[in-house]
Amino acid sequence: MQSQESTRMKLNYRIVIFALAIVFGLIFSAPSLFNLNEGKKITLGLDLQGGLHMLLGVKTEEATKSKIKSIAASIKFYTNKNDILIDSLSFDGENISFILLDSDDEVQMREHFAKTEGLNVVVEEELFSLSLTPEEVINTEEEAITQAIETIRNRLDQFGLTEPVVARQGAEKILVQLAGIKTQEEEQRARELISRAAKLEFMAVDEKRAARVSVMTDEDAAEYDDVILEDAANPEKKYLIKEIPILDGGMLTDANVGFDQNNRPVINFSLNAEGAEIFGDFTGKNVGNRLAIVLDGKVYSAPNINERIGGGSGQISGDYTVMEAKDLAIALRSGALLAPVYMMEKRSVGPSLGADSIKASLVALVGGFVLVIIFMMVYYRAAGVIANIALIANLLIILAVMSLFGATLTLPGMAGIVLTVGMAVDANVIISERIRELLYEGKSMHKAIEDGYSNAMRAILDANITTLIAAVVLYAYGTGAIKGFAVTISIGILASMLTAILGTHGIYQMLESKIQKSKNNRFWFGIKD
Amino acid sequence: MEFFKYTRTYNFMGKSKFAMIFSIILVLSSFVLLMTKGLNYGVDFAGGTIVQVKYDKTAPIDTMREKLKSNELFSGASITEFGSPDEVVIRMKTTTSNITVDIGDITREALKGTGNYEIRRVDIVGPVVGAELKEKGIMSLILATIGILIYVAFRFEWRFAVASIIALVHDITIALGAITLVGLDVNLDVLAALLTILGYSLNDTIIVFDRIREGVTENKNTSLFDSINESVTRTLPRTTLTSLTTFFVVFTLFMFGGEIIHAFAFTLLVGVIVGTYSSVFVASPILLKFGFSVKDYHQKLAKKAKREAEKERMRSQYESGTL
Repeated sequence: MQSQESTRMKLNYRIVIFALAIVFGLIFSAPSLFNLNEGKKITLGLDLQGGLHMLLGVKTEEATKSKIKSIAASIKFYTNKNDILIDSLSFDGENISFILLDSDDEVQMREHFAKTEGLNVVVEEELFSLSLTPEEVINTEEEAITQAIETIRNRLDQFGLTEPVVARQGAEKILVQLAGIKTQEEEQRARELISRAAKLEFMAVDEKRAARVSVMTDEDAAEYDDVILEDAANPEKKYLIKEIPILDGGMLTDANVGFDQNNRPVINFSLNAEGAEIFGDFTGKNVGNRLAIVLDGKVYSAPNINERIGGGSGQISGDYTVMEAKDLAIALRSGALLAPVYMMEKRSVGPSLGADSIKASLVALVGGFVLVIIFMMVYYRAAGVIANIALIANLLIILAVMSLFGATLTLPGMAGIVLTVGMAVDANVIISERIRELLYEGKSMHKAIEDGYSNAMRAILDANITTLIAAVVLYAYGTGAIKGFAVTISIGILASMLTAILGTHGIYQMLESKIQKSKNNRFWFGIKD
Repeated sequence: MEFFKYTRTYNFMGKSKFAMIFSIILVLSSFVLLMTKGLNYGVDFAGGTIVQVKYDKTAPIDTMREKLKSNELFSGASITEFGSPDEVVIRMKTTTSNITVDIGDITREALKGTGNYEIRRVDIVGPVVGAELKEKGIMSLILATIGILIYVAFRFEWRFAVASIIALVHDITIALGAITLVGLDVNLDVLAALLTILGYSLNDTIIVFDRIREGVTENKNTSLFDSINESVTRTLPRTTLTSLTTFFVVFTLFMFGGEIIHAFAFTLLVGVIVGTYSSVFVASPILLKFGFSVKDYHQKLAKKAKREAEKERMRSQYESGTL
């Protein structure tokens, strides 16, 4: 150190890095701190802004069942179309069986089934037994989950909330997160949209036995391959329906809300070419019979077929409000869920509670922060001020890093920041204590500072790494809001290495000549000279 | 400002017997509490439902109870005040799996006619998820402990690692005992607090151990007893100060952080106090009891230094081309 520049502040690499870190912190935390329109901001967790978090399960076995059912429907259509005579077509959860009346058709039937993948066909004389191969069952179940995620995402995208999250969690769970829900009623509407099967089926009324429906049981109906379904508006009213549908909503291309002549909301739909053909065929052959429009197992209407209906479009009328009709149209457009979903976990926080939580945690943060700042200044004087600069820089960097990565700030995350305030000064306490000791031992100021840092370094590293181990485990095993705690704690620890160790060291080195000249240990380190 | 005189060395180890007795009493009574009263698992781990309701005036708890009797689903539901007389929490062991109409919606309907209220929070944790969270929670505590054990054993010596783990078990047990005593619900936030205590308490212990390591390495002749006393004394200002600043923030969190963060803050509060105490009065005396041998450690260090020197010699020979 040359004497002529003894009072000049010296730049060093540490202070430059520290200054850059502060600039980085300022720039990237500004959008979040001042709620600017530009730049990346920290997202508030659902527990702070209010919202709905759900874990859904998928009843995958239902997907297999309905696949069997639709294969049965296709057999019926195919044999009808090609004038192949079959009898006793029936199916349960796993198998389909039917009797082929004319064995000349066997080759044609076999060829038809060969086109469908994953089908096990066993023929004993004229009895056909069909089932899905085990691989196909797995595929179907897997598809049910991915399709459910896709469908729910589609529906929520159209629901009008910002950035709904729909993601797979684990092997068979679906995570749904919705922010910005205002009321319980709105939340319920969203849940209804998510869980709605939206399974549209066009089915034939069994006109031969329809008159007897009121005295039939489900078992009686099953004997004729029929099912008894109730009316959507009036559960007392029953219909006897052919179990195997004519076609289903999979062939739907569009669904929109319209109004009928009485100005009540209806849903207009259109079918794709294949659907239109099946629809036209069926209506052509069944003039005078009734066609039931069945949604999620309830009959919405069962109009008489007056003539062949071509073109493949139609209308579903029902007793619903415009809002309900809109949601239903969304659900129909996004397609049916292959398998029903059910709730495994739900966490719902109202916006007012979220606001209260923000307020409370801010009070704690500011209160704790002010206490620590004052305490450090009283105890360490200038060294305390330097530690406080590092602390503020630390907070800025936490916010900046979180903003940059679009991390989510949760209530436990806020607690993590509060805790970081208490623990981040630790490094500076350790360093300052080491410097004080060395000064007491009579070391020179330069040596006291340099040795103080190097002596303290090992302890700080070990201590921080162990805390980091706990935080990483918490992140890996924690769920939802708790993850937020692990994130802020981890960033806080890493940032404190930069600010509390490197940053303050840089400040001391810059001020060293000043400190040496003043010889005022009380002012600089809060101890007697 | 200074809390402690630099020139004095306190005889902590001489008084460690009292501390030991005190710790054993605390740990044992915590165990007794855990055995008899037991931990009160909240919905996160036990599964169940929580509905938080806020009224515009004092919540009519009796009327609410009456109303909830209407449905089988609410049997065994408890209603307790939450933070203020206007706000209550309904806890139930039952859950529903229907998405469209869940137990929260049913509660909302059932409470109709009890005044102006707002449902502020509904947590439903199904039995499967509850069991999973519990399993994950226990795993995370075990994994964190093992990770820390390995790290400390690697950086220090196995006796240090075992001593710090005993201190950790001591802290966690007492914290759990305190939670049981107060009757707090153990949820995910409490687990997070416990893991933080793990990290924090170890932080303290390591700072002290680092000093002991340093003292032992530098002074061959001092006994371990004196060395520990010296190290604990030298780190005392730091231990006190950091504990104080952490205590400040946790205390403000406890006082002003709101009801939801209450259990978390309480657990931390106990943890900070116990963690500080244990690093001085539990971890270090155990190290002494374990008979950490200064002589052996020196031999080990000497061996290590020799190996390094040997390596260095080989390298220089190799570089100068003599090998």
